[in-house]
Amino acid sequence: MRPGRAAVVLLVLLALSAGPLWAQAAAPAPASSDVSHLTARLAQLEQQTADARSAGDNAWMLVSAALVLMMTGPGLALFYGGLVRKKNVLATMMQSFALMAVITVVWGIIGYSLCFHTGNSFIGGTGYSFLHGVGPAPNPDYAPTIPQQTFMVYQLMFAIITPGLITGSIAERARFSAIMLFMVLWSLLVYSPMAHMVWGAGGLLNSSGGRFPTLDFAGGTVVHITSGVSALVAALYFGKRVGYPKQPMPPHSVVLSFIGACLLWVGWFGFNAGSALAASGLATSAFVATHFAAASAAIGWAGAEWIRNGKPSVLGAISGAVAGLVAITPASGFVGPMSALIIGLIAGVVCYLMVATVKAKFGYDDSLDAFGVHGAGGTIGAILTGVFATSKVNPVFANGAPVGMLDGNAGQVLNQLVGVAIAWVLAIVGSLVILKIADLVIGVRVSPEEEVEGLDVSQHGEEGYNLEAQ
Amino acid sequence: MTKIEAIIQTSRFDSVKDALKEAGIEGMTVTEVRGLGRQKGHTEVYRGREYSMDLLPKTKVELVVPDRLVDTAVEAILKSARTGKIGDGKIFLSKIDEVIRIRNEERGENAL
Repeated sequence: MRPGRAAVVLLVLLALSAGPLWAQAAAPAPASSDVSHLTARLAQLEQQTADARSAGDNAWMLVSAALVLMMTGPGLALFYGGLVRKKNVLATMMQSFALMAVITVVWGIIGYSLCFHTGNSFIGGTGYSFLHGVGPAPNPDYAPTIPQQTFMVYQLMFAIITPGLITGSIAERARFSAIMLFMVLWSLLVYSPMAHMVWGAGGLLNSSGGRFPTLDFAGGTVVHITSGVSALVAALYFGKRVGYPKQPMPPHSVVLSFIGACLLWVGWFGFNAGSALAASGLATSAFVATHFAAASAAIGWAGAEWIRNGKPSVLGAISGAVAGLVAITPASGFVGPMSALIIGLIAGVVCYLMVATVKAKFGYDDSLDAFGVHGAGGTIGAILTGVFATSKVNPVFANGAPVGMLDGNAGQVLNQLVGVAIAWVLAIVGSLVILKIADLVIGVRVSPEEEVEGLDVSQHGEEGYNLEAQ
Repeated sequence: MTKIEAIIQTSRFDSVKDALKEAGIEGMTVTEVRGLGRQKGHTEVYRGREYSMDLLPKTKVELVVPDRLVDTAVEAILKSARTGKIGDGKIFLSKIDEVIRIRNEERGENAL
């Protein structure tokens, strides 16, 4: 724009903005009109502030939802896909990916409603089935500043990854159709009640108003204990892979697992910090705690390995980071960074011992250590949340009452144990029943021939690596 | 004509190739192979489980030369492939009855 024309435009703008001033000066309004004008203006400002806050919160929550989806695909798919043998890489990745599709449908039809509609202490009602009434208006029970639809889609990503974690324990031997049936039923009969009890309005374990207020910021009990313990049950039900433990079954690509684990680490910021359900200081606190726990757990696992085997392995370091992320999940919105370091370190070392010694001792074939990492890490995290939670980070109880044991509320550890116990029992009983059903209807395990041939070919008619194809 | 099959340390392949070229031998077939011999494998540990990896990667070089060049070629491989440690590999020699060039059906040493 030439300087001359810019000056003209500026003058016109000035003249326009000055208009209302002249009008006011010309006709001074009476006092009562002044007040009502001010009230209207205040209301308008309040609305604008609320809108601005909502815009910020909604932006963060949509990003968080996308980050949590990224944890399943490609995060978990790569992490698990690299750990299996070459002949099973696609089938393993497909088990994660298919859940992104299947659980989404289930969630829309009834899953969200069973988790979050008002129901009884154990399970939600059916009022939100087919997402009826789930629109742009916020649901003040959960997240008063974002559209309920944002909350719904954010929670969906949790419902997707949770059954995905189970697939690790039965990798390399599950029939695809049966596993999908299992996952749909599991999502409705195990995940939904647990999510409702812990997070749903009126839930038995809800931290504000439940019978046993259990602290679970982002899903230590709901996500990791339920999936980890169900993984153990499934591993025992399925039995060992053909040739296990005599035949060597090393990971076919720690490189894929490495990329997957790094994506999980990043995605976990959406998982934990997003669980603040707002772009708030609490989200920052959860973000920081998450990061610190992952760091110390990577050091813990790789360090324990270094001491025992003489070498710190890459797989150990990344597995440790995941174990730390699991353990900090329930605690992330209740503890400071130094507590997070301690929680991570404990989880890293304990989960290492779980997979390196406990599994060998009992001889179960938890192929990719879904129980060793998620079951054990989730349980440790849920209990330690009761120890380290503090009202300084999150005054979750009324009047800033002490939250965790170190805060002066030793009873919280007991509440945490109740939550842990319920999650374990629900996972064991629910998974056994569902496994039996899926086994009777379809048959959960492939034939030994199909297993030896590999699931990529036997289940999907494809191979992961056709490197010689021209 | 003699076929020379040399199974060598993968890390020595480039110098073997150069040495053969210097000795005037052009053309060879190279394969990545895995084998088991006096050189013991190593252990790998994944999440506390130990796996002994006894099949080790090696490189196999195959070439067919006129009999007068056999000693030169073997000498070149011996010198360039040796590190002095267990696992340096082996050379196998065998007689070849006939060679035929596919393009023009030349036979014998002319086809080499």
